[in-house]
Amino acid sequence: MAETLLTIRDLTKFFPGIKALDNVHLTVRTGEVHALIGENGAGKSTLVKILTGVYFPTGGTITMEGRELNFKNAIDAQQAGIVAIHQEASMFLELSVTENIYMGHHLRHPKTKRLDWKGMRERTGELLKQLELSIDPDTLVKNLSVAQRHMVEIAKALSLNAKVVIMDEPTSALTTREVADLYRIVRQLRKEGKAIIFISHKFEEIFEICDYYTVLRDGQYIGEGKVADTSTDEIINMMIGRNIDHMFPKKDPNIGDEILAVENLSQLGAFQNVSFSLHKGEILGFFGLVGAGRTEVMRTIFGIDKRNGGSMTIGGKPYAPKGPHDAMAHGIGFVPEDRQRQGVILSMSIGKNITMPQLGSLCHFGITNAKRELEVTKTYGEMMEIRAAGWHVDADTLSGGNQQKVVLAKWIGTNPRILILDEPTKGIDVATKAAVHEFVSQMAGEGIAVILISSELPEILGMSDRVVVMHEGDVTAVFNRREMNQEQIMRAALGETKEALHG
Amino acid sequence: MGEIQMKNTRDGNFLQRVSKVLLARREASLVILLAVILVPIVVRSPQFLSFTNIDRIINDISILSIVAIGEFFVILSNGIDLSVGSIIAFSGMASGMLNEAYPQVPVFFLLLLGTGLGAVMGAVNGALVAYGKIPPIITTLGTMSVYRGLTFVLSKGTWVTAHEMTPNFIGFPRQSFLGISALIWMALIVIVVTYYFSRFTRSGREIYAIGGNATAAKFVGVNEKRIRFMVFVISGTLFGFAGSLWTARYASAVNEMATGFEMQAVAACVLGGVNFAGGAGAIPGVVLGALFLGVLNNALPVVYLSTFYQTLVQGMIVLLALVINTMVDQRKTRKLLEQRRAR
Repeated sequence: MAETLLTIRDLTKFFPGIKALDNVHLTVRTGEVHALIGENGAGKSTLVKILTGVYFPTGGTITMEGRELNFKNAIDAQQAGIVAIHQEASMFLELSVTENIYMGHHLRHPKTKRLDWKGMRERTGELLKQLELSIDPDTLVKNLSVAQRHMVEIAKALSLNAKVVIMDEPTSALTTREVADLYRIVRQLRKEGKAIIFISHKFEEIFEICDYYTVLRDGQYIGEGKVADTSTDEIINMMIGRNIDHMFPKKDPNIGDEILAVENLSQLGAFQNVSFSLHKGEILGFFGLVGAGRTEVMRTIFGIDKRNGGSMTIGGKPYAPKGPHDAMAHGIGFVPEDRQRQGVILSMSIGKNITMPQLGSLCHFGITNAKRELEVTKTYGEMMEIRAAGWHVDADTLSGGNQQKVVLAKWIGTNPRILILDEPTKGIDVATKAAVHEFVSQMAGEGIAVILISSELPEILGMSDRVVVMHEGDVTAVFNRREMNQEQIMRAALGETKEALHG
Repeated sequence: MGEIQMKNTRDGNFLQRVSKVLLARREASLVILLAVILVPIVVRSPQFLSFTNIDRIINDISILSIVAIGEFFVILSNGIDLSVGSIIAFSGMASGMLNEAYPQVPVFFLLLLGTGLGAVMGAVNGALVAYGKIPPIITTLGTMSVYRGLTFVLSKGTWVTAHEMTPNFIGFPRQSFLGISALIWMALIVIVVTYYFSRFTRSGREIYAIGGNATAAKFVGVNEKRIRFMVFVISGTLFGFAGSLWTARYASAVNEMATGFEMQAVAACVLGGVNFAGGAGAIPGVVLGALFLGVLNNALPVVYLSTFYQTLVQGMIVLLALVINTMVDQRKTRKLLEQRRAR
């Protein structure tokens, strides 16, 4: 039996208002590939960030080879032998393979102390040869394919003498042949006694390459075991097996006429042949895992990205948005996922943020009207119960939850007919979350058609009248409220089933 | 131990309390620094505060204020305009030459010509940035040379001297109206109009939005290209206007005029609390920044500081002001974080 290499016990991480990790355990042995499984937001990323020294744990212990580890920064983690290979490889595109591999731990000439490029180049060549890769150490990384960049990252991990290699969805951007190459290298690393923590949403991968698995859900440890002794069904049950609490303020829907129809909408490389319809007063959930293409569909509907094919109608009339202003003129509001980057303007006051989308109608010949702006701000700011010292304070002084309320307030102020909410409760505290759910129900009650993108199954199940499930750019299923069930939704999101499309 | 510290932060000694009030606003810290610099100067040469000297300083900073305000709008949108000096030179040269060739053309049209040419040059900058997607610093680095080169081509390397221009034109900046010179009136009008524009118009608000977070602004339907184009037209217009005033005030149009003036304009903005990354800043701060630079330029010769040292001292004081500004900002951020944590 292989010996235990890395042990995590009772690992806990709090963020203000959120428990990201709650007493998580993980045991990894030498020479094993360990699958870390969980939905988006289950706590996998937080765990990886703690293991790589990016976050500090609130509590719990990490032990490696019998020694307790306390990382002060990312370098500590690297020196301890834990290296992560990132989802979107964070590399220096304009530098060569050698320079990338030795960034941060350059070899120096023993006598002159200058950088020993010759030595590093030779060593890189050996590493690449060891991995049976035909990459020239002098190639600039920008000229490599995504798969090759992954391999270079792995070579970097080897150059660091990593004992634990963390791979976060390593196959998501690879072709079948490249995946086979990756598997070969993973097996080779395993043979050399490295431990690999393998994060993946794809079951065929887990069953193909992994030895053990640990499942996380909502930041909690659910269970672990040997992959050989389990089944897809068992893992899916572990991923979703929770009681849906009745905290969702779902009202009886009053669904009206069709307002938006999307026909075979496609965008190269993001999604294809997406069709669905949306009705007045309806909450349409959109479920899928990271990279399913949900956000991209919404960006296209909102006129930010161009489509390659398909058509849309709003209220029966053809709709081809020229840009966000056009979408807004058609009565669409869009609360984007990345609040800080796309939602609020941090350097502006709450009031100015709220009135921004409707500034045109509040102005008279381009001149702003402070009194009317204050009225609007008050109306919608109070509706959303934004907590702040005043409407004039800058948005960067607010908590994440209150910033989200500002974004919601500004869109409600535009009186939208269609409101698209992209992960509206991501990373906000429980109280605000409840407020957002209440608000969504209320909006639907007033006849607004709501599209709710969420990666949290309970939220989707609790709020939606219908659910569209996407997997890798395809719509794989549409469920009505009475036929929804966690397992089927998760299966469709994993691409395990393709339901007959209806609704 | 902890108790004592708590008490200190709440009450603080006199100095702490004063500094708290002063550091609350960036503009305030600039005023204080200005006063601190002025005290030894006035002690050493009281004539610094004479009416004529103050009048001269304010006349001097009038043009700088107009130019700094132009630069302000570009920086506010998270850009930068380096073609300042060249636009001033071309517009100034064109007005001077027109005045020389056709003395009967009224002063108003000379100003209009300079302003119009500035607007066109600004529009070229704006088009390259907004529609050509060339970064502002590269665009204006290029046009800085192009416009300066055009000035030489236009003048064929010659310059226009005081006696080649009409007394009307070169006398006009000094003409007094209600006891204030025309030049100062011009600056006041620009300040008031741009202040109103930046605070009370939709376009003004949208410049703040684009500079603060271009992605979020696009998500609410702000036309990014239009705004990026617009800020360069505004800056070019103000630079061109300043160019005509420059020729009149200094009674000559030379090819090298206003070389390096972009640095003064940028310095005035940064001193006045304009965020170099865009999205934050205000006209009063910029004017104060220009005033600060103007006083500094005038004060150092008055105290008989050797010319060898003037540039050095100036640079050091500007840096000092910036360090204080940054400290104020960091203090503010820290306080916010503490407040948020306490909640």
